Amino acid sequence: MAYSEKVLDHYQNPQNVGTLDKGKTNVGTGLVGAPECGDVMRLQIEVDEESGLIKDAKFKTFGCGSAIASSSLATEWLKGKSVDQAMEIDNMDIVEELNLPPVKIHCSVLAEDAIKAAINDYRVKNGMMAMELDEKKH
Amino acid sequence: MSLKLPIYLDNNATTPMDPRVLDTMLPYFVEKFGNAASRSHSFGWVAEEAVDYAREQVAKLIGADPKEIIFTSGATEADNLALKGVYEMYASKGNHIITCTTEHKAVLDACKHIEKLGGQVTYLQVQADGLVDLTELEKAITDKTILIAIMYGNNEIGVVQPVKDISKIARKHGVLFFTDATQAVGKIPVDVNSDGIDLMAFSAHKMYGPKGVGALYVRRKNPRVKVTAQMDGGGHERGMRSGTMNVPGIVGFGKACEIAMNEMESEAQRLSVMRDRLENALLQLEEAYVNGNKEHRLPHVSNISFKYVEGEGLMMGFNKDIAVSSGSACTSASLEPSYVLKALGLGDDLAHSSLRFGLGRFTTDEQIDFTIEAIKNTVLKLREMSPLWEMFKDGVDLDKIEWAHH
Repeated sequence: MAYSEKVLDHYQNPQNVGTLDKGKTNVGTGLVGAPECGDVMRLQIEVDEESGLIKDAKFKTFGCGSAIASSSLATEWLKGKSVDQAMEIDNMDIVEELNLPPVKIHCSVLAEDAIKAAINDYRVKNGMMAMELDEKKH
Repeated sequence: MSLKLPIYLDNNATTPMDPRVLDTMLPYFVEKFGNAASRSHSFGWVAEEAVDYAREQVAKLIGADPKEIIFTSGATEADNLALKGVYEMYASKGNHIITCTTEHKAVLDACKHIEKLGGQVTYLQVQADGLVDLTELEKAITDKTILIAIMYGNNEIGVVQPVKDISKIARKHGVLFFTDATQAVGKIPVDVNSDGIDLMAFSAHKMYGPKGVGALYVRRKNPRVKVTAQMDGGGHERGMRSGTMNVPGIVGFGKACEIAMNEMESEAQRLSVMRDRLENALLQLEEAYVNGNKEHRLPHVSNISFKYVEGEGLMMGFNKDIAVSSGSACTSASLEPSYVLKALGLGDDLAHSSLRFGLGRFTTDEQIDFTIEAIKNTVLKLREMSPLWEMFKDGVDLDKIEWAHH
């Protein structure tokens, strides 16, 4: 299978690899996937308390190149967005941007799940209700 | 000498053809194009003579009589012919076949087909090192058992089964023994008589011959074995496999066998030294494990799991320069990790993290040096990016986490 240029670029130069301090109340962490399924993504957001904008985002991913690229792209998109705007990132936007083939669509779904899980973690930590997430088919 | 990229280390999938094989084949395309079954003119005689000569070369490599070689389109066809052909031919004696879970798909799927026809198949579990348990094997034999089908050397982990012991058990119970020796023939000594083999499948393209040609060895004496043909036609190959002979392919197969026979001893030695060097260097990485028995193993194969990195992601780090394969789900159409690795009892996570190295006749020390560096660097880079590695380093028990399965 040939990878798109964009997937290769994110794989070779992944953006925002790293770990934020999960002890902070303004940091939300989402851990999705399972080792047995061959991909695990951990995505974190740090929200600026004054502006309500996501000021930093980091990821670590165990998975194929498309999974790494999807999470790298997601962190790039998250930075500077409000939490509400971040909720609107759809996996198909990632598919389109990275030219993922059908067999790799689950990587983008996982990235979307990771974003939502991170936001939910942030919400719960800050006394808000967790959102109901509709399960997408992986 | 400058290193030429990409490096091919997937010789269990297929091998490049040896130029000496190609030279032998070339006259049989245009100039000597005859049909080996044409008995009435010199074009046919020339072709037949070439096939007869190749049949001797092939037979000699495995210690067989040339009359015991049935040429096929490859090992998959030979596997199918052996299993289905024996099942049909020996239906009056019984309907039970014993095989194991790490066999090639050609054997497993042929067995499933036989089950649909009403046959009984026992799929033996292998031990953690990939070897068949001989006591379990013997216990599985019933008065309906007609065939034991256990491979010689495994294609994914290179583990070599105790073929001599298996054949002794088969003999003792009057059961035929078939082995898929596709990965072993031409690489290690295989002798149908001292090994006690009744039927054996193997293929040219795994030993530097052309694709599209293989053989089924069918014993003619002690006991005389027969298989029912699975294709109807002109009755070629003693009635067991109809179809016009692939003369250039067969000629190439013969030459490939001759070369393998002459060079096997020194080549096996050279490859095992290189393989061990590669393996030992990669095992210096933390949390890297060899899959399968290290002692009873083909000399050119190594299968290693690099825990906490995913195989396809790993390969992407160097696959423009190095060709290997992985047991990761992402590399297969089915999205299931390797069933062979799972049969060893490996968790899915370790199966996802495996790479298979298959060295070959044209592998050099420089290529191994390059590969060691590239793989080490990629594993380290990806572990820095792996949440599982971070958790492992922080002392988190990954088995205790409730993962969201999807």
